[in-house]
Amino acid sequence: MLIPHPLLGPRDAQEFTYLGDAKLLDRPDGMAPGAAEAFFEYLYLRDNRAGVHEELWFHEQGDRAILLVTRDTTTHEILGAVLARDAVLSRTGDGT
Amino acid sequence: MRFSGLRVLAEALTGHKGWAPLWRNPDPKPAYDYVIIGGGGHGLATAYYLARTFRQARISVLEKGWLGSGNVGRNTTIIRSNYLLPGNQPFYEFSMKLWEGLEQELNFNAMVSQRGVLNLCHSDAQRDAFRRRGNAMRMSGADAELLDVSAVRKMAPFLNFDNARFPIKGGLLQRRGGTARHDGVAWGYARGADMAGVDLIQNCEVTGFFIEKGRVRGVETSRGYISAGKVGVAVAGNTSRVMGMAGLRMPIESHALQAFVTEGLKPVIPGVITFGAGHFYISQSDKGGLVFGGDIEGYASYAQRGNLPVMEDVVEGGMALMPMLGRARLLRAWGGVVDMSMDGSPIIDRTPIEGLYLNGGWCYGGFKATPASGYAFAHLLANDSPHPTARAFRLDRFERGYMIDEKGAGAAPHLH
Repeated sequence: MLIPHPLLGPRDAQEFTYLGDAKLLDRPDGMAPGAAEAFFEYLYLRDNRAGVHEELWFHEQGDRAILLVTRDTTTHEILGAVLARDAVLSRTGDGT
Repeated sequence: MRFSGLRVLAEALTGHKGWAPLWRNPDPKPAYDYVIIGGGGHGLATAYYLARTFRQARISVLEKGWLGSGNVGRNTTIIRSNYLLPGNQPFYEFSMKLWEGLEQELNFNAMVSQRGVLNLCHSDAQRDAFRRRGNAMRMSGADAELLDVSAVRKMAPFLNFDNARFPIKGGLLQRRGGTARHDGVAWGYARGADMAGVDLIQNCEVTGFFIEKGRVRGVETSRGYISAGKVGVAVAGNTSRVMGMAGLRMPIESHALQAFVTEGLKPVIPGVITFGAGHFYISQSDKGGLVFGGDIEGYASYAQRGNLPVMEDVVEGGMALMPMLGRARLLRAWGGVVDMSMDGSPIIDRTPIEGLYLNGGWCYGGFKATPASGYAFAHLLANDSPHPTARAFRLDRFERGYMIDEKGAGAAPHLH
């Protein structure tokens, strides 16, 4: 599999470590009420979809960026990749 | 129809006209007491033990493809009970005992062969860990022997003993471990279940659950609605998809695991041998092919196939362990989709929906568990209480903090 790295171009997936579902970006607030339940769901439960799946790949043997990759889990076709940082910032609209 | 030597002789003399199909192929009835979803090894074993041991009831197995079309026919056929943790080991030893009586019980040749499973160690620390594991195995009633290098050399002289990086320091041997004919296991259980009156319904995909006031009442299928008293799900690989139809999220990620076989060779490998410094395990089938495998692919997949990098990694492990492998030609490679759970251990439990039961999360170790998994799941379905050896396999153990993590890898499914 080749992952289209937004900064480095197409890179072999072997350079990356798979981190799992992109929902891991949405870390719950540990101080909020119901945090134990929220962290159980965050840590242990997965949608585990068959089909288009957003997931995190860490470029461990590259520039050490974490990418948000869109991939079809039934065919292994990679549909796109962005920096996870950019994805989070564009979602929150927050530059900090 | 019972199988026996006499029967084979009689059929040989009468032109083999008396053999009948191993099971009926019935149409689904509108209602059953028990519906088992998944006609693989675990589902068929569940139906068999439910019908034979626990309940005289109306039981059906729903299979979306043909019987045994999933992982029961895709694994490397190894059976063993060499686990460490108290939540796991008694269960797998129970399974090993069921393997030992399986063919007599089913009157079916599943080619169970106790040719031994040898785990090699390559450092003093690893030998210590094996000694501990061997003791845990013996405490559960299993057999285990710690071999020194000369004993390993006698068993398998072809190994690369003097590898500069990973010299072989000994091994943990379970003589009662070995292999079984994987398809034969599925067929044997299917035939046994069918003879006990279970309807095995093929080409019948479950498309939804009918749940009323927190209780499952039946399943929607590609062959119509089937009402059910209790529903057992045994669809490892696709557990999240099926349970998703009931609105439940699972502590599971699906991954692809590859296996490989070479062309047929004369007997060279005495039992099952595993490499302790990489992930590689190998045995030789009765047909002569060297059957081997290694790590999972490491990313979520439902594709039933892997990619070349893992194949390369597995073959490298094999070459490091037994350089003679380089002379063999690879015949086939294939993949299966496995339920990687969050602690590397399975789930056999009730669910928050009344009447809906789950058997899944087998990671890449489901085949050896087939008999005990079926037995324990049938016990749970029939009695609403867990089998004594399967008490730890709770669905809510992650929430309560009672993980059964043999590897100590944490909630990282790709690392188990």
